[in-house]
Amino acid sequence: MISQIFSLAFLAQTIRITVPYSLASLGGVYSERGGVVNIALEGIILNGAFCATVGTYYTGSPWFGLLCGIAGGLLVAAIHAVISIHVKADQIISGIALNLFAVGITKFVLELLFQSSSNSPRIAGLPYIKLGFIQNQPDVAHLLGNPLVLLTVLIVVASHFIIFKTRFGLRLRSVGENPEAADTVGINVTWYRYYGVLISGVLAGLAGAWLAFDQHSFTDGMSAGRGYIALAAMIVGKWNPLGAAAACLLFGFAESLQIQLQGGTLPTQFIQMIPYLATIIVLAGFIGKSVAPGADGIPYEKEK
Amino acid sequence: MPYAVELLNITKRFARTVANDNVTLRVQSGSIHALVGENGAGKTTLMETLYGLYQPDEGIIRIHEKEVSIRSPHDSIRHGIGMVHQHFMLVGPMTVLENIILGAETTRYSLLDLKRTTAEISELAGRFSLTVPLNEKVENIGVGIQQRVEILKAIYRRADILVLDEPTAVLTPQEAAQLFRILSELKEEGKTIVLITHKLSEVMAISDHVSVMRRGKIAGEVETSSTTPEQLAEMMVGRRILLRVEKTEKKAGDPVLSVSNLSCIDKRGVNVLNDVSLEVASGEILGIAGVEGNGQSQLVECITGLLRPTSGSVTIDGMQIAGLSPKGVFARGLAHVPEDRIKRGLVVEMDVAENLILGLHMQKEFGSRISMNRRAIAENARLLITKYDIRPMNPEALARGLSGGNQQKVIIARELSRNTQVIVASQPTRGVDIGGIEFIHRTLVQARDAGKAILMISADLNEILSLSDRIAVMYGGRIVKVFPDNNVKESELGLYMTGSKSSSAQRASDG
Amino acid sequence: MADPVKSKRHWLEHPATQNFLIPIFAVILSFAVGAIFILIVGQNPFQVYSVLFSETLGTSYGVGQLLFKTTPLIFAGLSVAICFKGGLFNIGAEGQLQIGAFMTALVGMYTVGVPAFLEIPLLVLAGMVGGGIWGFIPGYLKAKTGAHEVINTIMLNFIAAALVSFFVTNLFNVPATVHTPDIAPTGRIPRFDTIFSSFSGSPVNFSILIAVLAAVAVWYYVDKTRYGYELRVVGLNSKAAEYGGISVSKNIILSMTIGGAIAGLVGTNYVMGYKYYFEEGFSTGTGFMGIAVALLGNNNPFGVILAALLFGMLEYGGLVINTMVPKELVSILQAIVIIFVISSNKIFRKIVVNFLKKRTLRVND
Repeated sequence: MISQIFSLAFLAQTIRITVPYSLASLGGVYSERGGVVNIALEGIILNGAFCATVGTYYTGSPWFGLLCGIAGGLLVAAIHAVISIHVKADQIISGIALNLFAVGITKFVLELLFQSSSNSPRIAGLPYIKLGFIQNQPDVAHLLGNPLVLLTVLIVVASHFIIFKTRFGLRLRSVGENPEAADTVGINVTWYRYYGVLISGVLAGLAGAWLAFDQHSFTDGMSAGRGYIALAAMIVGKWNPLGAAAACLLFGFAESLQIQLQGGTLPTQFIQMIPYLATIIVLAGFIGKSVAPGADGIPYEKEK
Repeated sequence: MPYAVELLNITKRFARTVANDNVTLRVQSGSIHALVGENGAGKTTLMETLYGLYQPDEGIIRIHEKEVSIRSPHDSIRHGIGMVHQHFMLVGPMTVLENIILGAETTRYSLLDLKRTTAEISELAGRFSLTVPLNEKVENIGVGIQQRVEILKAIYRRADILVLDEPTAVLTPQEAAQLFRILSELKEEGKTIVLITHKLSEVMAISDHVSVMRRGKIAGEVETSSTTPEQLAEMMVGRRILLRVEKTEKKAGDPVLSVSNLSCIDKRGVNVLNDVSLEVASGEILGIAGVEGNGQSQLVECITGLLRPTSGSVTIDGMQIAGLSPKGVFARGLAHVPEDRIKRGLVVEMDVAENLILGLHMQKEFGSRISMNRRAIAENARLLITKYDIRPMNPEALARGLSGGNQQKVIIARELSRNTQVIVASQPTRGVDIGGIEFIHRTLVQARDAGKAILMISADLNEILSLSDRIAVMYGGRIVKVFPDNNVKESELGLYMTGSKSSSAQRASDG
Repeated sequence: MADPVKSKRHWLEHPATQNFLIPIFAVILSFAVGAIFILIVGQNPFQVYSVLFSETLGTSYGVGQLLFKTTPLIFAGLSVAICFKGGLFNIGAEGQLQIGAFMTALVGMYTVGVPAFLEIPLLVLAGMVGGGIWGFIPGYLKAKTGAHEVINTIMLNFIAAALVSFFVTNLFNVPATVHTPDIAPTGRIPRFDTIFSSFSGSPVNFSILIAVLAAVAVWYYVDKTRYGYELRVVGLNSKAAEYGGISVSKNIILSMTIGGAIAGLVGTNYVMGYKYYFEEGFSTGTGFMGIAVALLGNNNPFGVILAALLFGMLEYGGLVINTMVPKELVSILQAIVIIFVISSNKIFRKIVVNFLKKRTLRVND
């Protein structure tokens, strides 16, 4: 039975679930490391998925669709950035409003373009790289050969270096921890905060594009709480790229286990709860305290 | 010798005050220049203007005899200016190395070149005896080391002009001595140093020149070798026109508030309060003079229950109150005018009537748990507003909209309405206009004449001298001197306040 | 006595005026932005908006639908508002109302035969206890460990959803459905149409009275009791609270628990007044909308009622304009209202300042 559960297909399932979580979660890491709380991840994913679908549908090119997905994510992130950094309004409420906005606007345009408030027509998926070694399971081969899978792995690893080993990362972290200190050494706090939020738009937009290509269509509300799970993973991963990705992998694993066990004796709802319970436990400091960046969620007021 | 820094006719105004009024300061290259003055004299504003954190309204800045425009720290760094702020500008969760290079990073293949940077910084650190653990997180190192990190940060940016704002405020005497050795070495290397301080012993020990600021203006500039602490203290505090407070001879009764051997070690492990003992009798005002940050706030917080002392006792009429909650302390008969009215004393988004019952709200006269007595609250407000002449005379006005003086009157009205034996008043007239000051002073004297025991803490010497019946001076967390009356010369007080003179371990209960 | 400070100030600068005008300003601005979307669709905004108002406010059926949608929004808005007053941000009303409504149904299905005068209060109480527990958890965690209530309430929303889903698919469901059996008939809250026939067909019921009562209770609690005084002091300035001898952690736990209990009352509308059972997925983001309602109502209980009416109208209004523009227009409107409310403080004040400046210049000329 064990071997049945932990098959190649199971691995593929886990990856399929983990990829969008990781992308969005990394987005959260960039945004919050720079000091802007990003609850809007959910809406960014949704809009990314929608724009990727529309772009692919009208051009027939999934690559162009991918760019549209990124642009769609960027758009929502940019609004969040302006409200949070420029207007200095409440970042949490802004995020919630944008999530609501994304639900509304995607359905609105969906209905305008496709006369349906729930589904888009079918779109092509991303072309995959042919992998020689698992030809007997085409689904798995397609998934592992998906360029976005490879890209995600690259982004995870690269993010670790970007955040902890580069000039950009150092400065980003400084504006999220202590913007006043960053300001006194001549770092432009506003710009760096914008970079953080916009990168989260790109990454969560990619996560949305993944969902659209994976399903070959857009359905309303298809982000289905993934933005919040990404947020949870970010916290469990202690705002570190590798930690966040590991948490996403754990959550993805649990979720695909739940799919495997469907109809079994163990209620699937309890597996669903794992990410959320883990977050509460980690936040409360029961297993290693997870501490947010010092200035996370606090607008920077330069004038004294 | 040429000048490294020239600040010429600098004027900087804020909304209500003129922080720098036509100030001119010249600092010789390769010297240590001390800038001294009382709290609020404008020293920090002047230096933050030089560092680009403020733009002057008038005046010009010259660096190495060339006029420059400094719009941000970025510009000042470019001109070779480094500043060690009083509150360190460090990022706690980042390492020492990361903090030093932040904003001035060297990269290799677009990654931070930590290897090269480490070598460079180690060399610098060795040269100036600024040993720091480069890979430790800043939040895990002591304040003394953090300060070295700040200095290294400036030197790493090739600063040849270094401004230090109250650098010894958080240091132990040993750390301070070490800092001075470092500053001397920096001077040997040709760096120019501006030292903001109020400790005259430090000025005498290390500086070449001294500029004294008083109320936003330069009160004098001298060569250190040709002056004395007495002369500097006099320049700092000036000749004061004492505010007239109608005051009769005190009729002190028995001691009511008594503090003995009170000590407090704060979260950072610094001994902020060191074996403080004092007694306040009914019918007298004991004034505590001192430059801010010498343990006065902690003394007040330990007495009023906001801070838990590490050891020692506080009693009211023999009842122990040390370690009680603020509620418990209030219940045993103490009124407290806190030093920061906006942060602690008031809820500015609430109206005057509601602010007038803060801390008294659980008393029966203001209603039960499930129904507050609005009429009693309004009546209380009307009574106190009239008695203390609080403007506007509107119990429903938000506290935010009141002037500083009227806000302070609200607090004093409330605290005196507790009708307690002991009153602790911290900076009772800070930010209050002249009319308000007179009123508040009169009120405090009346309370004293009514037999209250009043402990007053003030950084304002005027206030201390005109109100106190006895004066104690705090310095470095200790009471360093107690005068049995208020016949004291300002310069004498100044010497104790700046640590230039000390008769340690004297009990404030003497006399 | 004349107050020199007050008389100098223009009425537009007064905080009370601004508290009142800013939400209105935000709503008008949102409708203006909404008009752009309507134009994109190729419709006439005036026409669409007039249908929106006439079909919701102009017929008793429309009013009934609107009130039915308003009731849960009042509960959710009050829940968020009372926590705001205590300085806390309750994003967990959604989870609290799930648990509360489920508890109402659970107790209701096991108490058949209890007379109505006991059953109805019992079920109301059950909802409050369920929601209260779900509010207590993040409050306790915040007070004791400092864990931020925003993250914890978001997480608890999902946990609540999973938990009730487990219960109504496995333990307490009518076989092959995702809802519980009916509650005791004595626990039903009558619909309006049982008394006023003009509301026929609309599910609006007397739980809206409970909502209004809850608003009055919240107003009384916050403004008139000592508990409310302490709650507000903690919310506005926790350092002053500490100074005034008020326990900050006790008040954090208390306000979250009360907020949860109020959200838990949502079951009165759906479970006791409409379907008579609990069903998975009965709430579509009511708790989140409560945040918008509280914001727009400026955290004032009566403001919350007004805001809930507006949002209730929009929720139902989406359906009546669906033939002209996609009904999602209303979600967009709701989102934009929120964004404008949080951004308005600054924008509105700037406009006022500029307006007054210009006026003064003219007067001086």
